[in-house]
Amino acid sequence: MKKLIAICAVLGAVAAGTATAKNVTLLNASYDPTRELYRDVNTAFAAQWKAQHGDRVTIRMSHGGSGKQARAVVDGLPADVVTLALAHDIDVLAGRGLMPAHWQQRLPDNSAPYTSTIVFLVRKGNPKKIRDWSDLVRPGVQVITPNPKTSGGARWNFLAAWGYALKQPGGNEARARAFVRELYRHVPVLDTGARGATNTFVQRGIGDALLAWENEAILARQEIGGADVEIVVPSMSILAEPTVALVDRNVDKHGTRAVAEAYLKFLYSPQGQEIAARNHYRPRSSQVMARYASQFPEVHLFTLKDMFGNWNQATTKFFADGAIFDQIGPGS
Amino acid sequence: MRRRILPGFNLSLGYSLTYLGLIVMLPLAALAWKASGLGIGGLIELLRVPRTLAALKLSFGGATLAAAINVVVGLLVAWVLVRYRFPGRRLFDAVVDLPFALPTAMAGIALTALYAPNGWIGQWLAALGIKVAYTPWGVLVAMVFVGFPFVVRTLQPVLETLEHDVEEAAETLGARRWQIFLKVILPMLVPTLLTGFALALARAVGEYGSVIFIAGNIPMKSEIAPLLIVQSLEQFDYAGAAALGVAMLAFSFVLLLAITLLQRWSHRWADVAP
Repeated sequence: MKKLIAICAVLGAVAAGTATAKNVTLLNASYDPTRELYRDVNTAFAAQWKAQHGDRVTIRMSHGGSGKQARAVVDGLPADVVTLALAHDIDVLAGRGLMPAHWQQRLPDNSAPYTSTIVFLVRKGNPKKIRDWSDLVRPGVQVITPNPKTSGGARWNFLAAWGYALKQPGGNEARARAFVRELYRHVPVLDTGARGATNTFVQRGIGDALLAWENEAILARQEIGGADVEIVVPSMSILAEPTVALVDRNVDKHGTRAVAEAYLKFLYSPQGQEIAARNHYRPRSSQVMARYASQFPEVHLFTLKDMFGNWNQATTKFFADGAIFDQIGPGS
Repeated sequence: MRRRILPGFNLSLGYSLTYLGLIVMLPLAALAWKASGLGIGGLIELLRVPRTLAALKLSFGGATLAAAINVVVGLLVAWVLVRYRFPGRRLFDAVVDLPFALPTAMAGIALTALYAPNGWIGQWLAALGIKVAYTPWGVLVAMVFVGFPFVVRTLQPVLETLEHDVEEAAETLGARRWQIFLKVILPMLVPTLLTGFALALARAVGEYGSVIFIAGNIPMKSEIAPLLIVQSLEQFDYAGAAALGVAMLAFSFVLLLAITLLQRWSHRWADVAP
């Protein structure tokens, strides 16, 4: 009994100690290629919060495929914020009551503080002369893209190709379908995620063009591929908007709403935008964008909303079982 | 009354059943429960999709072929390890277990690197016009890799306890080497070979990590059934994923049950064999 009291006393003292020191911990559930980005964001935000409030914020990260992360949060991963590749994955969380349905209107720019787009990575010297989407379906050209059924990035790839075909002179649904069908006929390997596809292209030497997130392509060029690959920016592509959101149910349980809100707003601050740009994401701020203009060549960008409505519609139309991707898939 | 070594039959059995229930049966029941959202009709509907059928065919066909290969090669390796003494034998013996210990994704990445058209082995095969990585053959290679230790480790103890005198008797009666192997040794090994086959098969059917990297994952061609499960999950279709899981489980159970029955039958046969 004495022992028990002693243990309780110690525990109480520890709890009281943490309460006065005000250590706050946040958990950010993110998707795969944001490791470098959030490492920088977290350090900068913790420093800023400490300077303003004197409290220490520790941000823990959980990385994985976007859909997998959403499932983990549904199944009880106590994430305070989610920063995922597809708004659709956050919609699923909202559907389970973890946050209000209008979550995307709570922050500026559709809750997407940084954007990216889909570009091509080709072999050094561009031997197959790939300049635009139409070059990808020339005979003898092999294209690497992950499977849109398992990869968020691959869904952006698919929609970018579809949107391009739709926007060509005389473009219509039937032509877009024919174009995308032909495109996937040129795909020899469907990896399950974006990083896997990058490896297949860069390290295994398979394929002539890799469809990739712009940030991933710049990273691949700088780090893993070195001088063996170059980036080709097509004439038009999709504005990929990775979204961020507060998980209301979890922040209320943890009492972390204020910090979590500040954390997400920080992404929109000049400093946050600068960090995003440095990590090869296109910033929303035009001033920051101007400073990094050389890194982000001008592309005609269309949005998901312009072309496809919303994610629910796009998912039902293209990626659900038996939908267009299944009908035109590489095996058919 | 005979004294039992473990305390009380009731207590031991109770523990065993509780443990088995919590660790094995409960998750399986949860799986079935998740799948039940679809109903029997939905399950049949799901299984009739050509893409699902193709994936199941590749998973079970590939696993069967891989297990068969492992039985032949595993027997040879186990035989060499048990019957011969040579320098480096212990090292060789330890290496057999590596596929157990290696994270399967690592195995997949390593195998893909080897067999890709620009890999160490792949480039020679490519020169001959053979493609392994990103085809069903790649799936087979990965399945052989992960199943291999099961056969060797099942066979080894049995080979060690085989009695030489039977072989010697056969030899004195004028049997040739092949006759001894086929008529004396092999019949005694059949039940064990079946066990090894079953274990290697079960492992290969459920294998995801290593196969996924080398398969290429092209629908209808090189997509394995576990990948379809992952795809369903990616679409937040828990019931569909669970239903596919249950279907695979049922198939595997029937297969393993058949092998167990075969084993018992061959055991009896082996016992009466000379």
